[in-house]
Amino acid sequence: MINPALLREFQTVLGAENVFTDQADLLTYSYDAAVLAAVVPALALRPVDSESLSRVVRLCNENQLPLTVRGAGTNLSGGTIPIRGGVVLLTNALDKILEINSEDMYAIVQPGVVTAKLAAAVEAKGLFYPPDPGSQAVSTLGGNVAENAGGLRGLKYGVTRDYVMGLQFFNAEGESIKTGSKTVKCATGYNLAGLLVGSEGTLGVFNEITLKLIPPPARQKAMFAVFNDMDRASETVAAVIAHRIVPATLEFMDNFTIRAVEDFSRAGLPVDAAALLLIEVDGHPAQVEEDAGKVEYLCRKIGADSIRVAKDAAERDKVWAARRSALSALAKLKPTVVLEDATVPRSKIPEMVRAIQDISKQCDISIGTFGHAGDGNLHPTILTDRRDKEEWERVEAAIETIFDKALSLGGTLSGEHGTGIAKSCFLEKETGLATIRYSRRIKAAMDPNNILNPEKIIGYSNTR
Amino acid sequence: MAVLNDKRLNEEDEMPKIKALTKLMQELEDQLVVCMRCGMCQAVCPLFRETGLEADVARGKLALLDGLLQEMFKDPQGVYDRLNKCLLCGSCAANCPSGVSVLEIFIKARAILTGFMGLSPARKLILRGMLSRPEIFDRAAEWGLKFQKIFTRPANEIIGTSCARFVSPLLKDRHFMPLATVPFHRQTASLNTDKGRSGLKVFFFVGCLIDKIFPQLAQDVIDVLNYHEVGVFMPQKQGCCGIPAISSGDLKTFNRLVRYHLEIFDAEKFDYMVTACATCTSTIKKIWPMMADKISDSIQTKVDEIAQKTLDISQLLVSKVGLEKGGIEDSNTAVDVTFHDPCHLKKSLGVAAEPRALINANPAYRLKEMPEADWCCGLGGSFNLQHYKLSSNIGKLKRDYIKASGCSVVATGCPACMLQISDMMSRSADKIVVKHPVEIYRELL
Ligand SMILES: Cc1cc2nc3c(=O)[nH]c(=O)nc-3n(C[C@H](O)[C@H](O)[C@H](O)COP(=O)(O)OP(=O)(O)OC[C@H]3O[C@@H](n4cnc5c(N)ncnc54)[C@H](O)[C@@H]3O)c2cc1C
Ligand code: SF4
Ligand code: SF4
Repeated sequence: MINPALLREFQTVLGAENVFTDQADLLTYSYDAAVLAAVVPALALRPVDSESLSRVVRLCNENQLPLTVRGAGTNLSGGTIPIRGGVVLLTNALDKILEINSEDMYAIVQPGVVTAKLAAAVEAKGLFYPPDPGSQAVSTLGGNVAENAGGLRGLKYGVTRDYVMGLQFFNAEGESIKTGSKTVKCATGYNLAGLLVGSEGTLGVFNEITLKLIPPPARQKAMFAVFNDMDRASETVAAVIAHRIVPATLEFMDNFTIRAVEDFSRAGLPVDAAALLLIEVDGHPAQVEEDAGKVEYLCRKIGADSIRVAKDAAERDKVWAARRSALSALAKLKPTVVLEDATVPRSKIPEMVRAIQDISKQCDISIGTFGHAGDGNLHPTILTDRRDKEEWERVEAAIETIFDKALSLGGTLSGEHGTGIAKSCFLEKETGLATIRYSRRIKAAMDPNNILNPEKIIGYSNTR
Repeated sequence: MAVLNDKRLNEEDEMPKIKALTKLMQELEDQLVVCMRCGMCQAVCPLFRETGLEADVARGKLALLDGLLQEMFKDPQGVYDRLNKCLLCGSCAANCPSGVSVLEIFIKARAILTGFMGLSPARKLILRGMLSRPEIFDRAAEWGLKFQKIFTRPANEIIGTSCARFVSPLLKDRHFMPLATVPFHRQTASLNTDKGRSGLKVFFFVGCLIDKIFPQLAQDVIDVLNYHEVGVFMPQKQGCCGIPAISSGDLKTFNRLVRYHLEIFDAEKFDYMVTACATCTSTIKKIWPMMADKISDSIQTKVDEIAQKTLDISQLLVSKVGLEKGGIEDSNTAVDVTFHDPCHLKKSLGVAAEPRALINANPAYRLKEMPEADWCCGLGGSFNLQHYKLSSNIGKLKRDYIKASGCSVVATGCPACMLQISDMMSRSADKIVVKHPVEIYRELL
């Protein structure tokens, strides 16, 4: 239990309506989108302004209360599960877009602003905020920055990190720390923003985020190419890049996923195809025509069995609707969905996809793979029923084998979903013990009481 | 560590009871496990948009039910309260990537928890004492009418709403549609006409709101059916479809109403059952079959048959009868009308094009879409009574969307939405008329 005096203090700072102590309310802040055991916090708090946010952080530190920040709770690695209890801090009342500056092309937002809301507001001003995670209709920008979220446009436009110009955040003591600026160039101080992006709430709590905006592309053109052979699809990806074309999106679906999507949406996808590439080029109209022509040529030359170029906006929407429905089509097949995001250098995609198919056979579990072929970020999606203990063990074995394979190909455990608790015990495999020790020392220095989202990313102890 | 999250309640003696509840909840397990906690329902939940509380969105409620089932905590009352704070609008289910049967789970869970906790005395009085007995309900409404004249005064003449003459704890500051002076069943007690050139005969299920508040709409339906020479069977003493009962978890009253109607339906053969109330249609088509196995196998068979035949009036007219086309629209005189998609039509039944087709058939109107036409109006039946402030805030958003369309008429296919929208428009002193698409279509004939 939280001691009553402290509870009263929280109530004074936030207003009683923003302090949640009922078991039923607390239970709803015990999970996120990762398939992991839930942990119920002792308290949930919802600050409504910077001032109260800073005071809550300070009070938690003074009372050695673990503090887990929660945006929309859609992360896939357990980042918002309050594994050591304590406080869950909700950011969704901090949801103001503070400024959209068209002249200097930046936006300043509070952390609880929903990604798609910012994207729409920016678009209304004739500008463009590219990072578009699949969860953008609900995910918060605070969560995006803390997870370094990616999206479909990563290949050409980069990921969240590439748009963070500056941050103002609170350290464990609740002091305001400022890094970066509104200017395109900034050479003062350490690049703390670089460290904080992807820190999953373990190093500080974001209060204001300054994001870079860019002019939108004038034109887009989408197409999809059908391959009866996985290698040809990959060769095509490699060839497109080798010809110095950088599509805005270059997505891939394997046969299992194609069949699931077709069963689900009857979009007319070729169910016998080994792989499907969905490609969009954008930019200046002349350039788009030229690039689209080249991509089409390369697809045919390397051996696409068919290729369809979207003639208008409606056809383009159809192409992307098929891709967007991949996860839900798969999700409907089995009760439990484990969405992984092991990532390899893009030349290694065929090998990785083949490995995943082998692992699926060996472990006798269903895996559909789709993902961002352009940047090597695959989403092997495991379909199972977590109530089936025996199968669940095979699922865990399969996940570990997938990680090992990705690492052996020079890849990484996670392209965009973060480490959280789900992958913290595998991190050493990727980085080595020294890296973990180094990271733990940074954490210990910045958060001596270890209150900020403890155990995430770098795991348990401070002893090794 | 200063804190532990272990807030175990001192409820040793509650254990056997909780075990019994867990057992009852087990029938929901296979459906509950389908939720992958992705959180995408946050984007579409009208309630969550207002409150931002996880316990208000489908994911949170499903987690609570799961928590009870897994005995993660022991607060059935807490879960019950949160479960009841929901519009049952189905926006979450319609957009769920994993295909969770959210409404089915919620409705079944409400029934289980109500059975376990007992119905509150006030609800018992209304549901068991009145709703389950159509004659008593009719009489009570007539009494209500007498009181209405004394206690209320007209509020907005264009919309036709009233408000309380003096501060009333029940009416609050509502601008409600008054009970009709003569309910429909007093105007036309029963009908049984033969099929004409359409070759179709339908059962017309009137529904409480249309009978008691919008009787003219029932007349419009009859006029339209007559025009198309569709035979109408409308026996005496129809009652309520049961939605207020089942959404309060009152299985007993609901079952009684289903049984009661099945007997009435048996009296005559008909091709389709139609209603002009999206809520009645969706209740009969979706909820009756979902809950009927609790009554008996033979009832399940009958209910399935009825559900198969049940259509919204706009579906019948568009796809079974064929619409009359009314010439070319005169852009100088055509009245701009916008359409609000009732959740029970679009999200529950996938019906959105048909009511629009009724409007488009009449050249005196020009359909102009509002932003987010399928955003819930916020009524949610008893939700409005229990959470009036929230319901109003959601309704206010709808009102703003309607206003943004710039139209002077708003049409919608559910009398419950008509009530809520009337309340919201009237309180903002808007001069916008609320109509049903059938009314617009009838004006053409
Ligand atoms: C259907 C679906 C599709 C997805 N698609 C993608 C995708 O395409 N690309 C991708 O990268 N991810 C994707 N994700 C994962 C997830 O949506 C992202 O990680 C997203 O960035 C999380 O945002 P959130 O607001 O939900 O954050 P949360 O889950 O609430 O939090 C994530 C982390 O951020 C921390 N945090 C949140 N706010 C703050 C703050 N103000 N200060 C400090 N720390 C903070 C939390 O403590 C936590 O560690 C998907 C998830 C789902 C369910
Ligand atoms: S109900 Fe559906 S949309 Fe909501 S969290 Fe569960 S799976 Fe996701
Ligand atoms: S039914 Fe409507 S109000 Fe209830 S949880 Fe679903 S979307 Fe929200």
